[in-house]
Amino acid sequence: MKTLRELKPGETGTVVRLHGAGPVKRRIMDMGLTKGVSVLVRKVAPLGDPIEVSVRGYELSLRRADCEMIQID
Amino acid sequence: MGIQIALAGNPNCGKTTLFNALTGSSQHVGNWPGVTVEKKEGRLRGHADVTVQDLPGVYSLSPYTLEEVVARDYLVGEKPDAILNIVDASNLERNLYLTTQLLELGVPVVVALNMMDVVRKQGGVIDVAGLSRALGCPVVEISALRGEHCVQAAEEAIRAAQAGQAAKPQRFDDALEDTLGQIEALVSPCCPPAQARWYAVKYFERDSRAKLDGLTDAVQAKIEAVIVSAEDAADDDAESLVTNARYVRAAVLARAAGRPAGQHRLTVSDRIDRIVTSRVFGFPIFAAIMFLVYYISISTVGTMMTDWVNDVLFGELIPPAVEGFLVSVGCADWLQSLVLDGVIGGVGAVLGFLPQMMVLFLLLAFLEDCGYMVRIAFLMDRLFRRFGLSGKSFIPMLIGMGCGVPGIMATRTIENERDRRMTAITTTFIPCGAKLPIIALIAGALFDGAWWVSPSAYFVGVAAIICTGIILKKTALFAGDPAPFVMELPPYHLPTVKSLLIHMWERAAAFVKKAGTVIFLACAAIWFLQSFNFRLEMVNAGESMLAAIGGVLAPVFAPLGWGDWRAAVAALTGLVAKENVVGTFGVLFGFAEVAEDGAEFWGTMAQVFTAASAYSYLIFNLLCAPCFAAIGAVRRELGGKWTLIAVGYQCLFAYAVALCIYQYGTFAVTRAFTPGLAAALVVTAAFVWLLVRPAKRPERKLQRAAAAE
Repeated sequence: MKTLRELKPGETGTVVRLHGAGPVKRRIMDMGLTKGVSVLVRKVAPLGDPIEVSVRGYELSLRRADCEMIQID
Repeated sequence: MGIQIALAGNPNCGKTTLFNALTGSSQHVGNWPGVTVEKKEGRLRGHADVTVQDLPGVYSLSPYTLEEVVARDYLVGEKPDAILNIVDASNLERNLYLTTQLLELGVPVVVALNMMDVVRKQGGVIDVAGLSRALGCPVVEISALRGEHCVQAAEEAIRAAQAGQAAKPQRFDDALEDTLGQIEALVSPCCPPAQARWYAVKYFERDSRAKLDGLTDAVQAKIEAVIVSAEDAADDDAESLVTNARYVRAAVLARAAGRPAGQHRLTVSDRIDRIVTSRVFGFPIFAAIMFLVYYISISTVGTMMTDWVNDVLFGELIPPAVEGFLVSVGCADWLQSLVLDGVIGGVGAVLGFLPQMMVLFLLLAFLEDCGYMVRIAFLMDRLFRRFGLSGKSFIPMLIGMGCGVPGIMATRTIENERDRRMTAITTTFIPCGAKLPIIALIAGALFDGAWWVSPSAYFVGVAAIICTGIILKKTALFAGDPAPFVMELPPYHLPTVKSLLIHMWERAAAFVKKAGTVIFLACAAIWFLQSFNFRLEMVNAGESMLAAIGGVLAPVFAPLGWGDWRAAVAALTGLVAKENVVGTFGVLFGFAEVAEDGAEFWGTMAQVFTAASAYSYLIFNLLCAPCFAAIGAVRRELGGKWTLIAVGYQCLFAYAVALCIYQYGTFAVTRAFTPGLAAALVVTAAFVWLLVRPAKRPERKLQRAAAAE
């Protein structure tokens, strides 16, 4: 299973499914990371975490640990 | 009864600008009941009977963040007459996601389409009439920044409110509609017909905050059965099904309006961001900006203005004038002293910080509005979240080096309440400008002005912040899931002067109000205690009630090495302003006028203190409860209960650290085992245990486990 965490800056993926439950998952979905959406990893913060992605035409930052919840293909 | 219009929309969509344009100066700022989320309302310009209620900026009406709960409780519970939904046209899809939720509330909705100029600059167009048809509600194109068509949008909302026609919910895919229809039939006997769709969706999502009183257990079981069968059929959980369906719908709406958001564009803002948050330049740029903020607000412009207010306005101008007036009207000595020493002295000391703070607030407002503040969080998150702080905690602490009051007020920029509390509690551990005289006094009197005393004070401050973060993060008060760091990075843009000034003024006004009430009373009380004895005769501080209180308190501080009542009294007067500690020592040791570092009585100090007790005294004063102005700021930011927790924790922590310093320091010299040393060992053991004990966070672990499957 490939997750958003494994994408490198400049790579694009499509969200297949979100794992987990609760507030973090809901928040991620509320921000538009839902099934079928295309995500581009823009960059990684200088200290290695969090990362910045581009989704639905805007920029979003996420922690790598939370990226593990997002399965992509 | 007038008309209530609620202003709802995403963060960063221009909602505050629109609110200012609609209400002008008739705003009323307060807090939502029970929480520290800001509540703003005002009268609509030119319509005395129309109230505009500004809701917190939210991305969704989920039950998880405080802002979302506040917004939906108001929308569902108090039912405004109409919702004015401000939508960022340059980010249509995600903004319409919230719109699909607002349309289900059973309230008339009007959409105000903002930032069309950005869309046009990018060469896009939006079919406003088509969007209005698809949403089934009026859509008005506005420019909040230039104030264009804002009032028209509000007037459209008034018409919608008067017509009273509830908005029509968007339709999802057939399978989901079928399921929602079944639940709607089950809940509709218990709620107003207009809200049936909302409750059906919320019950389907298993939203624990949506509760209908009349719903029996049997009906709830039926609903659960419907949900489970829908989840099985779709192989996904109900919450995800609804969220997905909403975004599918939002994408369809955006595409129909001619504004699909599928492609990943690289804008000017992205190019700036590539440099500003890059691996190589990210931190140097951050350091340079922080230095500039500190330099301008604390070291140069701000300080010059503050010095003027302190030394000229509250030094040479107001006191002599007031004194002259009081003498000329033949006012009693005690009243003169109250007005001059107690009120003007105390409140003046606090208001002196105002110019510094206004410069600082202006700079912060700029960083916030231009979009750099969230980048700071992006850069620093990794470092700070280890101790339960936010990436944005750095700014309050940096400012706290100048003065804790603006430092605490700068915590406003931290959205997450837990991070904000933690930052507000720890910010004053950093030695502020007013604590420098205490450091100079102790270093000069007991340590021959040794170079290491002053840096060690900062080091202790930083260590105290880190330890506090680690300890408090594990307590029940701060336990639970870490705040999700899922944060929008809005494009950079140049803020307008007007919005910066409004921003600055709001914060400064809040502080002045505080100085006029709580701080005023506290200063008068301390003045009263140090000017009178128990027979209410005016005496000098050495024979006052405060001295008597100091005498009672002194034994409490004996284990810290300074059971001398004068030390206790000096620490107490530090509550008015920390630099008072030095002055009070001067008075109690019998010197009327002393230099800022108290050089005149260094000899006397050296007789009363040992090296260990002096350092313990220094550290206690640095870490314990801050001055009234700072406590007032904490109260304004966190509320009364949390102020007590913060001050209580700070005093306890300061006491424990000072105890250990004195006892270990004394043991190093005398090599004698005392009960005090035993107490210090126990405290140290407890401290280490608090630091290393495992945090309780089972929920989160489960979630991770599920994610790892």
